[in-house]
Amino acid sequence: MSSSTDWPLWEVFVRSRRGLSHTHAGSLHAPDAEMALRNARDLYTRRSEGVSVWVVPSTEITASSPDEKDAFFEPAGDKPYRHPTFYEIPDGVKHL
Amino acid sequence: MTAALALGDDALVLSHRLGEWAGHAPVLEEEVALANIALDLLGQARTLLSSVGDEDELAFLREERSFRNVQLVEQPNGDFAHTIARQLYFSVYQHLLYGRLAAGEGQFAALAAKAVKEVAYHRDHAEQWVLRLGDGTAESHERMQRGLDALWRYTGELFEPVEGLDLDRQTLGDDWLAAVTSVVRRATLTLPTGPQSGGWAAGAGRQGLHTEPFGRMLAEMQHLHRSHPGASW
Repeated sequence: MSSSTDWPLWEVFVRSRRGLSHTHAGSLHAPDAEMALRNARDLYTRRSEGVSVWVVPSTEITASSPDEKDAFFEPAGDKPYRHPTFYEIPDGVKHL
Repeated sequence: MTAALALGDDALVLSHRLGEWAGHAPVLEEEVALANIALDLLGQARTLLSSVGDEDELAFLREERSFRNVQLVEQPNGDFAHTIARQLYFSVYQHLLYGRLAAGEGQFAALAAKAVKEVAYHRDHAEQWVLRLGDGTAESHERMQRGLDALWRYTGELFEPVEGLDLDRQTLGDDWLAAVTSVVRRATLTLPTGPQSGGWAAGAGRQGLHTEPFGRMLAEMQHLHRSHPGASW
């Protein structure tokens, strides 16, 4: 199994039968995109999970850093007015 | 009867050979791919063998001489390129065969209509690998060529007449050769030149004559059932 380390890693996204968007399913090794797609088919859709598959080189993904978690996500925590539930619906408003 | 046995034994035996890769494939992803293909073939074998008798008896209690598979599918796995060569030769044949059977109205039309989609993937899998190994490194190229050359003499038997299979074997053979030639050329490999049939070629599996490795394969495939008759999970 040593040669698998020579192959690049790919992230697999599968759109399920009822889903509208592709969801991350896992990752795999493959020598190129075509083979990655086929491996993804075998590994992640063999129980009829999907109707569409994307593969993306893992190196092409830019991820947020865990160290920056606070700066990235904290500020949204105390702003309840960004949620629709913050607002009361006035009586008499129709079609809402 | 003969045709169902012939097609069923092809699928059963190749399924077992591919199953032998479990735990031994070059990479995990490829192991799953080969196992998936093996399971597709096993499903086809079960349908075909069940149509002529008890599937377990036919698979596990028949002697070597009673098997009707072509000799190509019983050939040992060899290295990965050797297995891929076997896959290319057989899956192109099976894809073309099932395509024809699915289009007809014979007894195999329903099975073939379902199986042709599975086999289309087997064929694609083999072709993709032939292209990559043939047009890969010097060593992968050499191994792929060696696999194609070694198994060539077993390919003529694919187009021998089978009782109960009513189709134009000439065009089947022509289409197979055109498809295989195209892949081999694109992979920068050379189509083998030796005879496919005749005196120096192999192939009497349909008559029950098999090559030496087949006996050992059957022993492994059948020993559990023979040691524990009637056992179940």
